[in-house]
Amino acid sequence: MDKFIRIDGLAVPLDRANVDTDAIIPKQFLKSIKRTGFGPNLFDEWRYLDHGEPGMDNSKRPLNSNFVLNQPRYLGAQILLARENFGCGSSREHAPWALDDYGFRAIIAPSFADIFCNNCFKNGLLPIVLDTASVDELFRSVTATPGYHLEIDLEQQRITTPNGSVYHFEVDAFRKNCLLNGLDDIGLTLQHVQEIKEYEARRKPEVPWLFKES
Amino acid sequence: MSTQTLYDKLWNSHVVHKEPDGTTLIYIDRHLVHEVTSPQAFEGLRLAGRKPWRIASMLAVADHNVPTTDRTHGITDPISRLQVDTLDDNCDELGITEFRMSDVRQGIVHVIGPEQGATLPGMTVVCGDSHTSTHGAFAALAFGIGTSEVEHVMATQCLLMKKARAMQVLMEGALGKGVTAKDLVLAVIGKIGTAGGTGYAIEFAGSAIRALSMEGRMTVCNMAIEAGARAGMIAADDTTISYLKGRPFAPQGELWDKATDYWRTLHSDEGAQFDKVVRLDAAEIKPQVTWGTSPEMVVAVDGNIPDPTRESDPVKRSSINLSLKYMGLQPNTPITAIQIDKVFIGSCTNARIEDLRAAAEVVRGKHVAANVKLAMAVPGSGLVKQQAEREGLDKVFIEAGFEWREPGCSMCLAMNADKLEPGERCASTSNRNFEGRQGPGGRTHLVSPEMAAAAAIAGHFVDVRNF
Repeated sequence: MDKFIRIDGLAVPLDRANVDTDAIIPKQFLKSIKRTGFGPNLFDEWRYLDHGEPGMDNSKRPLNSNFVLNQPRYLGAQILLARENFGCGSSREHAPWALDDYGFRAIIAPSFADIFCNNCFKNGLLPIVLDTASVDELFRSVTATPGYHLEIDLEQQRITTPNGSVYHFEVDAFRKNCLLNGLDDIGLTLQHVQEIKEYEARRKPEVPWLFKES
Repeated sequence: MSTQTLYDKLWNSHVVHKEPDGTTLIYIDRHLVHEVTSPQAFEGLRLAGRKPWRIASMLAVADHNVPTTDRTHGITDPISRLQVDTLDDNCDELGITEFRMSDVRQGIVHVIGPEQGATLPGMTVVCGDSHTSTHGAFAALAFGIGTSEVEHVMATQCLLMKKARAMQVLMEGALGKGVTAKDLVLAVIGKIGTAGGTGYAIEFAGSAIRALSMEGRMTVCNMAIEAGARAGMIAADDTTISYLKGRPFAPQGELWDKATDYWRTLHSDEGAQFDKVVRLDAAEIKPQVTWGTSPEMVVAVDGNIPDPTRESDPVKRSSINLSLKYMGLQPNTPITAIQIDKVFIGSCTNARIEDLRAAAEVVRGKHVAANVKLAMAVPGSGLVKQQAEREGLDKVFIEAGFEWREPGCSMCLAMNADKLEPGERCASTSNRNFEGRQGPGGRTHLVSPEMAAAAAIAGHFVDVRNF
């Protein structure tokens, strides 16, 4: 997993509540058996005027110029500013894969759906929760100021705006450490192999029907 | 320990290791696998040179991509076929039990797990699918995971997580005639919102829940995720135990007796403390219909489409406006005035035998309205289909003008050929009314099987209580 330490990136505002994972990456793209290549189909139904299917040349498709990601001033954005309950719906990890593949490194919102939030951390994407009033402020600033960059410092848990104002955010200490060091969860868990085996040995006589071998 | 909630009991019995900050390694008893969220996990495992920790904990089935029409020639869409073939190959290579498309036991993963007795009380159950919350109906701790976690469970039999807060949704009272488990859970979502359960594990309790069949309880827990909660659960009781008796993966003989003794302890203790309690009077709940593009946008069938000018919160008002535009609806329209184009009875929410029986009773001897272009009944599994056919329900549906299909996820998420065309409006027994969920530009109204069936006959929504 890529490390996340500090970024300075362009922010783009997606002004909708309850953005679901079907909107982030529509189901026809879930047929892929790979982890990469979802970026061109991020927000496919909002981003393009035609209907997208896997295998199309996305560079030739008609863009919806009203959709915020298509506005020239937001090209190359790395920080997505969103509303409450972002990422609700299905558990598809294709959603963070698509955001990551597009180039996003962080998402700021008043709240995230649980599974989506978890999936982000597994892919080096930082979901940041700020209170609604702060998110409102950022929406106003981003919209009013072309080229609005934010600096996100994970170590310090701090977002700094171009005029120097600062927002502090909370992040789970374990997840923070994994992101800062690019640690792989499986590798960490496998340090506990002995405890897993001991658990099984202890649990098996209590509930033997859960340990049937076929 | 003094009094514990059901969630405490399930959590505590699966702790392998706990860090001082609360990050916990939780042991997973059952890992259900389907074709969409597993290929990258199998690939990751292979690239790292790892093997699954406990093959016997896994049960695999293809459900999202499978055709619901004649399957004798396989899957025609080459991309869907590759995904299903990849699952078959991975299961063959590693010796994982899989119900292939030609197997009568094949079906939607959340229907076949319980049907086979592969979901049992006291288990932790995971699957790379958010509707894994369904299995909590059996007093199991069941939740959806992403593909990285699928790989993590394969490699270690564990997951790293922090304990959620506990919410109790208490529903006392008897459900009125024509009011179902689906209406109960839609009413809960309407009350607490789609983020109301975020960060919580929800236990559904009260006399209305105890009175439900296992099928009804599964419908309720299935949609816990639509209330934002990864896990929903219900205490084990006689209903749970009699459902499981004799199922292929359930314990037998002496083990059955030992198991049932344990299962009877799987309830919240008297006086157990929850972080939040939500109460609903079950007797007050009417049949529910969603009108928007989020499951919380729901009203009773005798209600109207809301008027955004009466909403003071600007973010909510904007959501209502966007939804009404997408749905092609006008404020203040009575729900019963909404005409429909298609009807879908199926999905992991409502494709079990009881759902099909209830819908069949509504359409028996009647015919689908002329304006309804397609009405389909899609059983949740091959065994549900077989049972329904033994009872003659297939004929009831077909004579009423429905199509009777092969089992799978079908038009719940339209990954196969079953989908809405742009602008088409559907009465659907599924779980999500998101934009494009049932096909690009499609408009979904979530309802119970009885309400979907009645809408098929009338051509518009009707109050099934007076139908």
